[in-house]
Amino acid sequence: MIVAALQRVGAVGVFLGRVLAQCAPALLRPRSVVHQVYNAGARSLIIIMLCGLFVGMVLGLQGFDLLQRFGSEDALGVAAALGLLKELGPVVTALLFAGRAGTALTSEIGLMRATDQLTAMEMMAVDPLRHVVAPRFLGGVIAMPLLVAVFNVIGLFGAQLIGVQLMGVDTGAFWSQMQSAVELDDVNEGIVKSVCFGVACSLVAVYEGYTAKPTAEGVGLATTRTVVISSVLTLLLDYMLTAAFLGR
Amino acid sequence: MKSQRSLELGTGLFVLLGFAALFFLTTQLPGSGISVGGAAGYKVTARFDNIGDLKGGSPVSMAGVRIGRVESVAFDSGDYRAVVTMRIDPQYNRIPDDSDASIQTQGLLGGRYVGIGPGGSENYLKDGSQIEFTQSAIVLESLVNKFFANFASKGSEGEKAQ
Repeated sequence: MIVAALQRVGAVGVFLGRVLAQCAPALLRPRSVVHQVYNAGARSLIIIMLCGLFVGMVLGLQGFDLLQRFGSEDALGVAAALGLLKELGPVVTALLFAGRAGTALTSEIGLMRATDQLTAMEMMAVDPLRHVVAPRFLGGVIAMPLLVAVFNVIGLFGAQLIGVQLMGVDTGAFWSQMQSAVELDDVNEGIVKSVCFGVACSLVAVYEGYTAKPTAEGVGLATTRTVVISSVLTLLLDYMLTAAFLGR
Repeated sequence: MKSQRSLELGTGLFVLLGFAALFFLTTQLPGSGISVGGAAGYKVTARFDNIGDLKGGSPVSMAGVRIGRVESVAFDSGDYRAVVTMRIDPQYNRIPDDSDASIQTQGLLGGRYVGIGPGGSENYLKDGSQIEFTQSAIVLESLVNKFFANFASKGSEGEKAQ
Protein backbone atom coordinates (compact mmCIF):
# COMPACT_ATOMS: atom_id res chain seq x y z
CA MET A 1 0.00 0.00 0.00
CA ILE A 2 2.73 2.43 1.02
CA VAL A 3 4.90 1.28 -1.86
CA ALA A 4 1.98 1.80 -4.25
CA ALA A 5 1.38 5.33 -2.92
CA LEU A 6 5.08 6.11 -3.24
CA GLN A 7 5.10 4.79 -6.77
CA ARG A 8 2.12 7.00 -7.63
CA VAL A 9 3.81 10.11 -6.28
CA GLY A 10 6.92 9.21 -8.24
CA ALA A 11 4.87 8.68 -11.39
CA VAL A 12 3.27 12.12 -11.00
CA GLY A 13 6.74 13.62 -10.50
CA VAL A 14 8.09 11.99 -13.65
CA PHE A 15 4.96 13.09 -15.52
CA LEU A 16 5.46 16.68 -14.32
CA GLY A 17 9.04 16.60 -15.57
CA ARG A 18 7.97 15.34 -18.98
CA VAL A 19 5.20 17.94 -19.27
CA LEU A 20 7.54 20.75 -18.23
CA ALA A 21 10.03 19.61 -20.87
CA GLN A 22 7.26 19.94 -23.47
CA CYS A 23 6.10 23.37 -22.25
CA ALA A 24 8.68 25.37 -24.21
CA PRO A 25 7.79 23.73 -27.56
CA ALA A 26 4.11 24.16 -26.71
CA LEU A 27 4.65 27.86 -26.14
CA LEU A 28 6.01 28.11 -29.68
CA ARG A 29 2.48 27.36 -30.85
CA PRO A 30 0.69 30.00 -28.79
CA ARG A 31 -2.65 29.50 -30.48
CA SER A 32 -3.34 26.20 -28.72
CA VAL A 33 -2.27 27.69 -25.38
CA VAL A 34 -4.57 30.66 -25.95
CA HIS A 35 -7.39 28.22 -26.63
CA GLN A 36 -6.74 26.51 -23.30
CA VAL A 37 -6.47 29.80 -21.41
CA TYR A 38 -9.93 30.52 -22.79
CA ASN A 39 -11.24 27.13 -21.72
CA ALA A 40 -9.74 27.19 -18.24
CA GLY A 41 -9.90 30.91 -17.54
CA ALA A 42 -12.43 32.89 -19.50
CA ARG A 43 -15.07 30.20 -19.14
CA SER A 44 -14.60 30.06 -15.35
CA LEU A 45 -14.80 33.82 -15.04
CA ILE A 46 -18.52 34.10 -14.35
CA ILE A 47 -18.57 31.54 -11.55
CA ILE A 48 -15.38 33.01 -10.06
CA MET A 49 -16.85 36.52 -10.05
CA LEU A 50 -20.13 35.35 -8.58
CA CYS A 51 -18.44 33.37 -5.81
CA GLY A 52 -15.98 36.19 -5.17
CA LEU A 53 -18.83 38.60 -4.65
CA PHE A 54 -20.59 36.32 -2.19
CA VAL A 55 -17.42 35.41 -0.29
CA GLY A 56 -16.59 39.11 -0.01
CA MET A 57 -20.09 39.93 1.15
CA VAL A 58 -20.10 37.25 3.82
CA LEU A 59 -16.63 38.33 4.90
CA GLY A 60 -17.95 41.87 5.30
CA LEU A 61 -20.88 40.65 7.36
CA GLN A 62 -18.94 38.26 9.60
CA GLY A 63 -15.99 40.62 9.91
CA PHE A 64 -18.26 43.46 10.93
CA ASP A 65 -20.00 41.34 13.55
CA LEU A 66 -16.68 40.14 14.97
CA LEU A 67 -14.95 43.53 14.96
CA GLN A 68 -17.97 45.30 16.40
CA ARG A 69 -17.52 43.29 19.60
CA PHE A 70 -14.14 44.95 20.03
CA GLY A 71 -15.39 48.34 18.90
CA SER A 72 -13.05 48.45 15.92
CA GLU A 73 -15.37 48.21 12.92
CA ASP A 74 -13.02 50.55 11.06
CA ALA A 75 -10.55 47.69 10.71
CA LEU A 76 -13.06 45.83 8.53
CA GLY A 77 -11.20 46.84 5.38
CA VAL A 78 -7.94 45.38 6.70
CA ALA A 79 -9.62 42.18 7.84
CA ALA A 80 -11.42 41.68 4.54
CA ALA A 81 -8.37 42.52 2.41
CA LEU A 82 -5.94 40.28 4.30
CA GLY A 83 -8.46 37.45 4.53
CA LEU A 84 -9.14 37.60 0.82
CA LEU A 85 -5.61 38.20 -0.43
CA LYS A 86 -3.81 35.67 1.69
CA GLU A 87 -6.32 32.88 2.19
CA LEU A 88 -9.79 32.92 0.75
CA GLY A 89 -8.93 34.25 -2.69
CA PRO A 90 -6.36 31.62 -3.70
CA VAL A 91 -7.99 28.70 -1.85
CA VAL A 92 -11.60 29.21 -2.90
CA THR A 93 -10.55 29.96 -6.47
CA ALA A 94 -8.44 26.79 -6.57
CA LEU A 95 -11.34 24.71 -5.27
CA LEU A 96 -13.70 26.22 -7.84
CA PHE A 97 -11.08 25.80 -10.53
CA ALA A 98 -10.71 22.11 -9.68
CA GLY A 99 -14.46 21.67 -9.94
CA ARG A 100 -15.01 23.81 -13.03
CA ALA A 101 -11.90 23.56 -15.20
CA GLY A 102 -10.06 20.58 -13.68
CA THR A 103 -12.90 18.14 -14.29
CA ALA A 104 -13.32 19.39 -17.85
CA LEU A 105 -9.61 18.82 -18.52
CA THR A 106 -9.62 15.34 -17.02
CA SER A 107 -12.71 14.13 -18.83
CA GLU A 108 -11.52 15.63 -22.13
CA ILE A 109 -8.10 13.97 -21.99
CA GLY A 110 -9.59 10.80 -20.50
CA LEU A 111 -12.06 10.53 -23.37
CA MET A 112 -9.25 11.05 -25.85
CA ARG A 113 -7.51 8.14 -24.15
CA ALA A 114 -10.69 6.04 -24.13
CA THR A 115 -11.38 6.65 -27.81
CA ASP A 116 -7.74 5.87 -28.68
CA GLN A 117 -7.06 9.35 -30.01
CA LEU A 118 -3.91 9.60 -27.93
CA THR A 119 -2.72 6.21 -29.19
CA ALA A 120 -3.41 7.33 -32.75
CA MET A 121 -1.29 10.42 -32.23
CA GLU A 122 1.54 8.30 -30.86
CA MET A 123 1.27 6.04 -33.91
CA MET A 124 1.74 9.09 -36.15
CA ALA A 125 4.80 10.11 -34.11
CA VAL A 126 2.91 13.13 -32.80
CA ASP A 127 3.71 13.55 -29.13
CA PRO A 128 0.38 13.85 -27.25
CA LEU A 129 2.26 15.33 -24.29
CA ARG A 130 3.34 18.24 -26.43
CA HIS A 131 0.14 18.77 -28.39
CA VAL A 132 -2.56 17.80 -25.89
CA VAL A 133 -1.24 17.85 -22.35
CA ALA A 134 1.28 20.71 -22.27
CA PRO A 135 -1.05 23.42 -23.71
CA ARG A 136 -3.78 22.44 -21.24
CA PHE A 137 -1.38 22.45 -18.34
CA LEU A 138 0.01 25.84 -19.35
CA GLY A 139 -3.47 27.23 -19.87
CA GLY A 140 -4.41 26.29 -16.32
CA VAL A 141 -1.19 27.68 -14.85
CA ILE A 142 -1.64 31.00 -16.68
CA ALA A 143 -5.35 31.30 -15.92
CA MET A 144 -5.18 30.63 -12.18
CA PRO A 145 -3.36 33.78 -10.90
CA LEU A 146 -5.56 35.95 -13.12
CA LEU A 147 -8.70 34.29 -11.80
CA VAL A 148 -7.48 34.78 -8.22
CA ALA A 149 -6.81 38.45 -8.86
CA VAL A 150 -10.32 38.93 -10.29
CA PHE A 151 -11.78 37.02 -7.34
CA ASN A 152 -9.91 39.25 -4.87
CA VAL A 153 -10.98 42.51 -6.46
CA ILE A 154 -14.63 41.46 -6.73
CA GLY A 155 -14.49 40.13 -3.15
CA LEU A 156 -13.14 43.42 -1.87
CA PHE A 157 -15.96 45.29 -3.51
CA GLY A 158 -18.41 42.78 -2.05
CA ALA A 159 -17.01 43.39 1.43
CA GLN A 160 -17.15 47.12 0.82
CA LEU A 161 -20.75 46.81 -0.36
CA ILE A 162 -21.85 45.15 2.88
CA GLY A 163 -19.49 46.92 5.27
CA VAL A 164 -19.87 50.45 3.99
CA GLN A 165 -23.27 50.58 2.31
CA LEU A 166 -25.20 48.28 4.61
CA MET A 167 -23.41 48.38 7.97
CA GLY A 168 -22.28 51.98 7.85
CA VAL A 169 -18.52 51.67 8.22
CA ASP A 170 -16.86 54.88 7.08
CA THR A 171 -15.66 54.61 3.45
CA GLY A 172 -12.48 56.53 4.14
CA ALA A 173 -11.59 54.41 7.17
CA PHE A 174 -12.33 51.23 5.23
CA TRP A 175 -9.94 52.03 2.38
CA SER A 176 -7.26 54.04 4.17
CA GLN A 177 -6.80 51.53 7.00
CA MET A 178 -6.62 48.83 4.36
CA GLN A 179 -3.98 50.74 2.43
CA SER A 180 -1.87 51.45 5.46
CA ALA A 181 -2.03 47.91 6.83
CA VAL A 182 -1.68 45.80 3.69
CA GLU A 183 1.93 45.34 2.62
CA LEU A 184 3.16 44.41 -0.83
CA ASP A 185 4.37 41.14 0.75
CA ASP A 186 0.77 40.21 1.55
CA VAL A 187 -0.19 40.66 -2.10
CA ASN A 188 2.85 38.67 -3.19
CA GLU A 189 1.96 35.85 -0.83
CA GLY A 190 -1.42 35.55 -2.53
CA ILE A 191 0.17 35.57 -5.98
CA VAL A 192 2.74 32.91 -5.06
CA LYS A 193 -0.02 30.77 -3.59
CA SER A 194 -2.19 31.14 -6.67
CA VAL A 195 0.66 30.09 -8.98
CA CYS A 196 1.40 27.04 -6.79
CA PHE A 197 -2.28 26.06 -6.72
CA GLY A 198 -2.49 26.58 -10.46
CA VAL A 199 0.41 24.20 -11.06
CA ALA A 200 -0.96 21.64 -8.59
CA CYS A 201 -4.56 21.66 -9.85
CA SER A 202 -3.62 21.64 -13.53
CA LEU A 203 -1.08 18.88 -13.01
CA VAL A 204 -3.55 16.67 -11.15
CA ALA A 205 -6.21 17.27 -13.79
CA VAL A 206 -4.03 16.42 -16.80
CA TYR A 207 -2.34 13.50 -15.02
CA GLU A 208 -5.62 11.89 -14.01
CA GLY A 209 -6.97 12.32 -17.52
CA TYR A 210 -3.82 11.01 -19.17
CA THR A 211 -3.65 7.90 -16.99
CA ALA A 212 -7.41 7.25 -16.84
CA LYS A 213 -8.61 3.72 -17.58
CA PRO A 214 -9.88 3.78 -21.18
CA THR A 215 -13.46 2.97 -20.23
CA ALA A 216 -16.53 5.07 -19.48
CA GLU A 217 -16.24 4.08 -15.84
CA GLY A 218 -12.52 4.86 -15.77
CA VAL A 219 -13.03 8.39 -17.10
CA GLY A 220 -15.77 9.02 -14.54
CA LEU A 221 -13.55 7.74 -11.75
CA ALA A 222 -10.62 9.87 -12.92
CA THR A 223 -12.82 12.99 -12.93
CA THR A 224 -13.92 12.32 -9.36
CA ARG A 225 -10.34 11.73 -8.29
CA THR A 226 -9.29 15.04 -9.85
CA VAL A 227 -11.69 16.98 -7.64
CA VAL A 228 -10.78 15.05 -4.49
CA ILE A 229 -7.02 15.12 -4.97
CA SER A 230 -6.95 18.76 -6.14
CA SER A 231 -8.98 19.92 -3.16
CA VAL A 232 -6.91 18.03 -0.59
CA LEU A 233 -3.66 19.07 -2.26
CA THR A 234 -4.76 22.72 -2.36
CA LEU A 235 -5.54 22.80 1.35
CA LEU A 236 -2.36 20.93 2.25
CA LEU A 237 -0.21 23.22 0.09
CA ASP A 238 -2.02 26.20 1.56
CA TYR A 239 -0.99 25.23 5.06
CA MET A 240 2.60 24.59 4.06
CA LEU A 241 2.90 27.84 2.10
CA THR A 242 1.33 29.86 4.92
CA ALA A 243 3.73 28.31 7.42
CA ALA A 244 6.64 29.10 5.11
CA PHE A 245 5.53 32.72 4.64
CA LEU A 246 4.90 33.33 8.33
CA GLY A 247 8.12 31.64 9.33
CA ARG A 248 10.26 34.38 7.85
CA MET B 1 -13.33 31.45 -38.54
CA LYS B 2 -15.77 33.55 -36.59
CA SER B 3 -15.64 31.23 -33.57
CA GLN B 4 -11.84 31.40 -33.61
CA ARG B 5 -12.04 35.19 -33.51
CA SER B 6 -14.52 35.31 -30.65
CA LEU B 7 -12.41 32.79 -28.77
CA GLU B 8 -9.33 34.93 -29.09
CA LEU B 9 -11.33 38.01 -28.18
CA GLY B 10 -12.69 36.27 -25.08
CA THR B 11 -9.23 35.16 -24.03
CA GLY B 12 -7.85 38.63 -24.58
CA LEU B 13 -10.62 40.16 -22.49
CA PHE B 14 -10.04 37.61 -19.74
CA VAL B 15 -6.28 38.20 -19.65
CA LEU B 16 -6.81 41.96 -19.71
CA LEU B 17 -9.29 41.76 -16.83
CA GLY B 18 -6.94 39.51 -14.87
CA PHE B 19 -3.99 41.82 -15.30
CA ALA B 20 -6.11 44.87 -14.48
CA ALA B 21 -7.09 43.15 -11.23
CA LEU B 22 -3.47 42.22 -10.48
CA PHE B 23 -2.44 45.81 -11.20
CA PHE B 24 -5.11 47.10 -8.84
CA LEU B 25 -4.01 44.71 -6.10
CA THR B 26 -0.32 45.53 -6.34
CA THR B 27 -0.57 49.29 -6.77
CA GLN B 28 -3.71 50.49 -5.06
CA LEU B 29 -4.03 48.19 -2.10
CA PRO B 30 -0.75 48.43 -0.20
CA GLY B 31 0.16 51.96 0.73
CA SER B 32 3.80 51.05 0.34
CA GLY B 33 3.15 49.31 -2.97
CA ILE B 34 4.70 50.01 -6.31
CA SER B 35 4.15 53.70 -6.90
CA VAL B 36 3.08 54.46 -10.43
CA GLY B 37 4.92 57.21 -12.26
CA GLY B 38 8.00 57.07 -10.04
CA ALA B 39 8.59 58.82 -6.78
CA ALA B 40 7.43 62.40 -6.87
CA GLY B 41 7.99 65.07 -4.29
CA TYR B 42 10.94 66.27 -2.28
CA LYS B 43 12.97 64.66 0.48
CA VAL B 44 13.23 66.00 4.00
CA THR B 45 15.12 64.42 6.88
CA ALA B 46 14.62 64.62 10.62
CA ARG B 47 16.54 63.18 13.57
CA PHE B 48 14.75 61.58 16.49
CA ASP B 49 15.94 60.17 19.81
CA ASN B 50 13.42 57.34 19.56
CA ILE B 51 11.10 56.51 16.70
CA GLY B 52 9.15 53.68 18.29
CA ASP B 53 8.11 51.24 15.58
CA LEU B 54 7.97 53.75 12.72
CA LYS B 55 8.67 52.02 9.41
CA GLY B 56 9.30 52.97 5.81
CA GLY B 57 5.91 53.61 4.20
CA SER B 58 4.33 55.14 7.30
CA PRO B 59 2.38 58.31 6.60
CA VAL B 60 3.62 61.84 7.19
CA SER B 61 0.77 64.13 8.05
CA MET B 62 0.09 67.74 8.83
CA ALA B 63 -3.10 68.78 10.62
CA GLY B 64 -4.25 65.19 10.15
CA VAL B 65 -3.93 65.23 6.37
CA ARG B 66 -1.43 62.91 4.75
CA ILE B 67 1.18 64.97 2.92
CA GLY B 68 3.83 62.33 2.29
CA ARG B 69 5.40 59.07 3.34
CA VAL B 70 8.39 57.93 5.35
CA GLU B 71 10.89 56.71 2.79
CA SER B 72 13.55 55.17 4.99
CA VAL B 73 14.64 54.88 8.57
CA ALA B 74 18.36 54.71 9.39
CA PHE B 75 20.49 54.78 12.50
CA ASP B 76 23.29 57.32 12.85
CA SER B 77 26.03 55.75 14.92
CA GLY B 78 27.68 59.17 15.34
CA ASP B 79 25.09 60.71 17.65
CA TYR B 80 23.01 57.57 18.37
CA ARG B 81 19.86 58.99 16.85
CA ALA B 82 17.45 57.75 14.22
CA VAL B 83 17.47 59.51 10.85
CA VAL B 84 14.06 59.47 9.20
CA THR B 85 13.90 60.37 5.51
CA MET B 86 10.48 61.54 4.37
CA ARG B 87 9.18 62.23 0.91
CA ILE B 88 6.67 65.07 0.86
CA ASP B 89 4.22 65.30 -2.03
CA PRO B 90 5.16 68.12 -4.43
CA GLN B 91 1.96 70.14 -4.00
CA TYR B 92 2.79 70.77 -0.33
CA ASN B 93 5.77 73.01 -0.96
CA ARG B 94 4.98 75.80 1.50
CA ILE B 95 5.94 74.20 4.80
CA PRO B 96 7.97 76.60 7.00
CA ASP B 97 11.54 75.38 7.59
CA ASP B 98 11.23 75.82 11.36
CA SER B 99 8.34 73.36 11.56
CA ASP B 100 8.53 70.61 14.13
CA ALA B 101 8.19 66.87 13.59
CA SER B 102 6.87 64.42 16.16
CA ILE B 103 6.21 60.72 16.13
CA GLN B 104 2.58 60.03 16.92
CA THR B 105 0.26 57.06 17.15
CA GLN B 106 -2.98 56.51 15.27
CA GLY B 107 -5.46 55.74 18.03
CA LEU B 108 -4.40 53.70 21.02
CA LEU B 109 -3.09 50.68 19.16
CA GLY B 110 -2.67 52.07 15.64
CA GLY B 111 0.53 52.43 13.67
CA ARG B 112 3.02 55.26 14.08
CA TYR B 113 3.14 58.29 11.85
CA VAL B 114 5.13 61.48 11.64
CA GLY B 115 3.10 64.57 12.48
CA ILE B 116 4.41 67.92 11.33
CA GLY B 117 3.41 71.11 13.11
CA PRO B 118 3.88 74.37 11.21
CA GLY B 119 6.46 76.93 12.31
CA GLY B 120 6.44 80.64 11.57
CA SER B 121 9.37 81.05 9.22
CA GLU B 122 9.17 82.77 5.84
CA ASN B 123 11.46 80.17 4.30
CA TYR B 124 10.04 76.88 3.18
CA LEU B 125 11.34 73.33 3.39
CA LYS B 126 12.96 72.16 0.18
CA ASP B 127 14.63 69.03 -1.14
CA GLY B 128 17.35 67.93 1.27
CA SER B 129 16.43 70.17 4.20
CA GLN B 130 16.39 68.89 7.72
CA ILE B 131 13.70 69.46 10.34
CA GLU B 132 15.53 70.62 13.48
CA PHE B 133 12.79 70.45 16.08
CA THR B 134 11.75 66.89 16.78
CA GLN B 135 9.86 65.08 19.46
CA SER B 136 10.36 61.37 20.02
CA ALA B 137 7.76 58.66 20.15
CA ILE B 138 5.99 58.14 23.42
CA VAL B 139 6.69 54.58 24.38
CA LEU B 140 3.70 53.29 26.28
CA GLU B 141 5.70 50.75 28.29
CA SER B 142 8.15 53.32 29.66
CA LEU B 143 5.24 55.61 30.58
CA VAL B 144 3.62 52.78 32.49
CA ASN B 145 6.93 51.99 34.19
CA LYS B 146 7.40 55.62 35.22
CA PHE B 147 3.85 55.77 36.51
CA PHE B 148 4.29 52.69 38.67
CA ALA B 149 7.70 53.85 39.92
CA ASN B 150 6.10 57.14 41.02
CA PHE B 151 3.19 55.33 42.54
CA ALA B 152 5.46 52.98 44.51
CA SER B 153 7.73 55.75 45.84
CA LYS B 154 4.71 57.85 46.87
CA GLY B 155 3.19 54.83 48.57
CA SER B 156 6.32 54.17 50.65
CA GLU B 157 6.59 57.87 51.60
CA GLY B 158 2.98 57.80 52.75
CA GLU B 159 3.71 54.82 54.99
CA LYS B 160 6.69 56.66 56.54
CA ALA B 161 4.56 59.73 57.25
CA GLN B 162 2.10 57.65 59.12
